[in-house]
Amino acid sequence: MISYRKTVTAWLLLTPMIVIILGVSGYPLIKTVYYSLTGAKLIAPDLTDAWIGFGNYIRALSSSNFREAIWHTTYFAVISVGVEMIIGVMVALLLNEVFVGRTLLRAMLILPLALPTVVNAMMWRLIYNPDFGALNALLVQLGMLDAYRSWLGDPATALDMVIVADVWKNFPLVALIALAALQTVPKDLYEAATLDGAGMWNRFWRITLPAILGPLSVALVLRTIEAFKVFDIIYVMTRGGPASSTKTVSFYVYQEAFAYMRVGSGASYALIVVLISACLIAGYMYLIRKHGEA
Amino acid sequence: MKIKNILKGAVFGVFAVSGAAHAADVTLNALFMAQAAYSEDDIRNMTADFKAANPGVDVNVELVPYEALHDKIVLSQSANGYDVVLYDVIWPAEFAQYKLLDDVTDRIDDKTRKAVLSGAWTTVEYDGKYYGMPWIADTKFLFYNKDMLKKAGFDHPPATWEELETQAKAIKDKGIVDYPLVWSWSQSEAAICDYTTILSGMGGQFLDADGKPAFNTGGGLKALQYMVGTINDGVTNPNSREYAEEDVRRVFSSGQAAFALNWGYMYNLANDPAESQVAGNVGIVPAPGEAGVSKASAVNGSMGLGIPTKSTHKEEAWKYIQFLTSQKVQNKYAKLSLPVWEASYSNPDVIKGQEPFVNAAKTSFAVMAPRPTMASYQEASAVLQEALQNAMLGTATPTDALNNAAKTIADLQ
Repeated sequence: MISYRKTVTAWLLLTPMIVIILGVSGYPLIKTVYYSLTGAKLIAPDLTDAWIGFGNYIRALSSSNFREAIWHTTYFAVISVGVEMIIGVMVALLLNEVFVGRTLLRAMLILPLALPTVVNAMMWRLIYNPDFGALNALLVQLGMLDAYRSWLGDPATALDMVIVADVWKNFPLVALIALAALQTVPKDLYEAATLDGAGMWNRFWRITLPAILGPLSVALVLRTIEAFKVFDIIYVMTRGGPASSTKTVSFYVYQEAFAYMRVGSGASYALIVVLISACLIAGYMYLIRKHGEA
Repeated sequence: MKIKNILKGAVFGVFAVSGAAHAADVTLNALFMAQAAYSEDDIRNMTADFKAANPGVDVNVELVPYEALHDKIVLSQSANGYDVVLYDVIWPAEFAQYKLLDDVTDRIDDKTRKAVLSGAWTTVEYDGKYYGMPWIADTKFLFYNKDMLKKAGFDHPPATWEELETQAKAIKDKGIVDYPLVWSWSQSEAAICDYTTILSGMGGQFLDADGKPAFNTGGGLKALQYMVGTINDGVTNPNSREYAEEDVRRVFSSGQAAFALNWGYMYNLANDPAESQVAGNVGIVPAPGEAGVSKASAVNGSMGLGIPTKSTHKEEAWKYIQFLTSQKVQNKYAKLSLPVWEASYSNPDVIKGQEPFVNAAKTSFAVMAPRPTMASYQEASAVLQEALQNAMLGTATPTDALNNAAKTIADLQ
């Protein structure tokens, strides 16, 4: 039985925190929901917030450009997070082996993560440069490409190229979490499995993967949320081009609210994105719980 | 108790210090762009001169890429961030509607009004009111590599767009350079400026007399067909579709192009041996015209300096603007951006060493075509940028791309 006094003390102690949270995220959230139902403009939003009900949402969902942006974002999120998970786990497995220089390599793993996204984006832009980029030089010298080509200027490759830059920066996070999880797997499990005749592949699927699945799903959820709201790397590398082939929803929301000054409709787009993210997170949570029970 | 006193002292101390600073000094926050026209060094040197002449006024100079300029100005409005901002000729309609900039009509005297180029005034004027002082008078010029033209057997730069393509083809066929033409056709305002230049020369109209989109017909359609044609014929560097102004300068200055369309700032930089491998070989003429339609093409790419309505140091801000836009300062820094003052164009100090640049400017400034004046310009431009890209990348025909854009823009209005 929790005593009445304890409850009161707990709430009293929590009050300042609750007030702050309500102030910095509750109020803006409610305001955003309100604006999304109005035609508010960025300048003097409180003078232009004529109520228009679900007009913004109807316009958003019937806009083919917005649907295209959702598709670009989904593609970006699925491919980049997928590749990050695979490479991350493989690198973690390697770094979990005992060999000379392991500590150095583990330290180097942090480097891409420590780089600010903007710097990373600028760096990859130079690598992809159509006239003097390192990627062109490498592929041409290896004989895999006949002549220098444009990577970010071609709608067929631009988004994939941004994904490569994003994967390079973010797979270490997955690798770090996986590596930490690997430390907790008891060695004797492997010994027993080996005695029972389980091969390398079998040991990975039956011992390693189940053991790190929990922490890995945390990484998956974190990365998916991040990937779904991708903005900075796009802003620096392509600004949504060429022919809007890399325009993601966050970039779309930014343009709507800050370049075209339609805060109301920008808010409705943003909330649609939040809704999609929330669904994804709920899905993951369900999967994690189910796994935990099993 | 002790801690309370220390805190009290600290708070009073901070107030005392900031109060003293306010009484003695004014700090202006000024926003400029780092792209074309005046260089960062130029702006910082001008500002240092201003500070020396005006003790007590300090200026924080902030430079951003052109693409970030508009949004910075708009967003700073709620944070009351800047006292002086550089803005583009296409924004006054929108800024006036949202009252972002101070109306300074009363601050400008008749003498100034008459002495500044009329094309430059359109930069800051909307609906009969002035929202600042013009500072950068600029348009797109045609640059050419004299050596390459000579090698190909041409003794004069092209006078029409058709001749430009003929000369470019000859230069390519003789193997002088792979891609003779280079442009700034990335999905950005730079592409709109190139397109507007060609559109104006081909007699096109952005909007018709009723203000409805008309760029999808006549000269506007012909302009895009021309652009796409030069890509398909292999005379335009295909990477132009991801280039901005500085990329154009780099490609041209490294001798990888015979012709380039760019702002005036490139003339002295491309002729500077420290910046360019083709120094001394660079010619500049007004962008070509179209036989029977025009003698030259040009887009109004001027920019002005204004005072945001939220600024709390308007007097000092205006002083700073007056200093930067003064004839004396502009004549002194005329290498990368020509002055807005008419008299400067007969001033030997300005002309000296850059006669071709000044001569080209005289012709071009007289025919500068405006981009449309509309409050939703930013969005219209974005729609058109995408249409240009679709046509240039071959995902739509020029006709379809422009028709679609015209329909979308008509819905915006």
